[in-house]
Amino acid sequence: MKESGQDISQTFSIAPPDEASGKKLGVRTPYLGLFFLGLFFFMVIFADLISPYDPYASDLSKGTLPPFWEKGGSAAHLLGTDFLGRDQLSRIIHGSRMSLIVSLGCIAIYGTIGVILGLISGFVGGRTDMIIMRLTDIWQSVPGLIVILLLVSVIGPSAKTVIISIGIAGWPGYARIVRGECLSLKQRDFVRLAKVAGCSNIRIMASHIFPNTINTLLVLTTMDIAGIIVLSATLSFLGLGTQPPSCDWGLMLAEGRQYITYAWWLVTFPGVAIAITVIGFNLTGDWLREILDPKQVLR
Amino acid sequence: MASRKDILLEVKNLKTSFFTKKGVIKAVDDVSFTVKKGEVIGLVGESGSGKSVTSLSIMRLVPQPAGKIVSGEIIFNNENLLNKSETEMRELRGNNISMILQDPMVSLNQLLTVGYQIGETFKHHGKADGNLLDKCINVLKKVRVPSPETRVNNYPFQFSGGMCQRVLIGTGIANNPELLIADEPTTALDVTIQAQILQLMKDLRNETNASIILITHDLATIAQICTKVYVMYGGRIVEKAPIKDFYKNPQHPYSEGLIKSVPVLGKRVKRLFAIEGQPPNLLHPPPGCRFEPRCTKAKKVCSQKYPPEIELKKDHQVSCWLYG
Repeated sequence: MKESGQDISQTFSIAPPDEASGKKLGVRTPYLGLFFLGLFFFMVIFADLISPYDPYASDLSKGTLPPFWEKGGSAAHLLGTDFLGRDQLSRIIHGSRMSLIVSLGCIAIYGTIGVILGLISGFVGGRTDMIIMRLTDIWQSVPGLIVILLLVSVIGPSAKTVIISIGIAGWPGYARIVRGECLSLKQRDFVRLAKVAGCSNIRIMASHIFPNTINTLLVLTTMDIAGIIVLSATLSFLGLGTQPPSCDWGLMLAEGRQYITYAWWLVTFPGVAIAITVIGFNLTGDWLREILDPKQVLR
Repeated sequence: MASRKDILLEVKNLKTSFFTKKGVIKAVDDVSFTVKKGEVIGLVGESGSGKSVTSLSIMRLVPQPAGKIVSGEIIFNNENLLNKSETEMRELRGNNISMILQDPMVSLNQLLTVGYQIGETFKHHGKADGNLLDKCINVLKKVRVPSPETRVNNYPFQFSGGMCQRVLIGTGIANNPELLIADEPTTALDVTIQAQILQLMKDLRNETNASIILITHDLATIAQICTKVYVMYGGRIVEKAPIKDFYKNPQHPYSEGLIKSVPVLGKRVKRLFAIEGQPPNLLHPPPGCRFEPRCTKAKKVCSQKYPPEIELKKDHQVSCWLYG
């Protein structure tokens, strides 16, 4: 038996897949991305423990100190201080919390709107689908930033407003993707089984179709967080986001802008923090998409 | 003629069509049959002969928006199902009428436990009290899933095909339905498991006195549990016969062909019998008998007019010009 087995393998020359295709199949773990993300969440969770100073405590006598390796810098303030003498490192560490709160808040709002509309649109179909999708088209044709700016200037700038306005502006993407998933899922046999069992449409949507979209939503959310961090930083930079004296990376950029000629560290470090976090989320999102949907990798 | 009390389901002149861009496809065309209480009937035919659409019509689950029940009556317990609202139908589905789907591996939601999916049939019909878990375990016991206490919390991917089919049957029978429609319940399974599943369905019928409509293209399955056979071809029922008559003495040329094409153990033949030609295109069905282009005994009239249903003897009807 064993010999015949060898014969077959020789005749058909079962060779290991060549290097190129092997590389395509394997999913590389994004160590850098995960490290950045880990760093971000470490700051979020242990902000109170690891930040050397109170991020709001100002000491004008120590205003605009450079980072420790520059001339005039000291090891007491590793990344220097801002114009009010607040410790940069502490503010960046605490700023991570604001970024996370804002992005999660936005996603909670527009994720909910998008998922519900997408499920209804995909599942009910027909005229309902048409109406919701055209509404989505209209919503998407208006530049998001303009809508947000409008909302913020009407309601008044604050972190809460940023969350609400991005939340209201951002749902079309979710609605579209959930609708697409729903269209293919509702044809599946387990949905028919649920119907045969006498489940109502709402129940089928909530407990059969929605759980099957979570993979996609997780990837989408991870990618979106990066976008929202940049967007909220933009709003803060324009003075329409979080207001002083809160710790927010975008706000720190805005405040540091006027000192850029002689205190480069005031804009550089918040910028680096934003970049690192966004890269972390993006790399991890790509990776999640590949491991959660193996078919995508083969394509 | 059986008394009206014995009749559980009566399908009268059912027509279900699919309205596509290319035209109207008459998937089920003027189908009538009855199912008595406690009776197991077999619905036989090739793929595309309208078996599944018939069953979906009874459940009122014809794929929307293309499919539509055009006319006819489906009388279940003296009520016409076609006049019922969607909410009323939902009450019946899974409760009074239930269905076992074709493919066990894709019919269960992979993300939910087996117990949850069985429990759903109870929950929806307001039969979920404190001992829902016990009820689910009982169902699994009924369909002979080994160690149901632990299996109830497993996910479908942890089950084999045969076990998944058992679970599916479990969801079908959970509420002791009066009518169980089994749409090719054994097609995806190997022969040993098939026998077990059929035995299981037999037992269930004996326990609960439910009527079963068994849809299949496997004549051996029909022979094992059915008492009556309805042969479908091209969206119509061509022969209605008691099981013994059907095997010994098939009247319609198509039924004859079906039986001839089953290989018989111990009988050597050079080539298996096959019915020549293709099933009809339902978009443009032949004007006369649907089977006429493939029929070896076709007469002139066959290509012109659809034959009426002719009663040969009690309980044995055939639609064929050979007898008209």
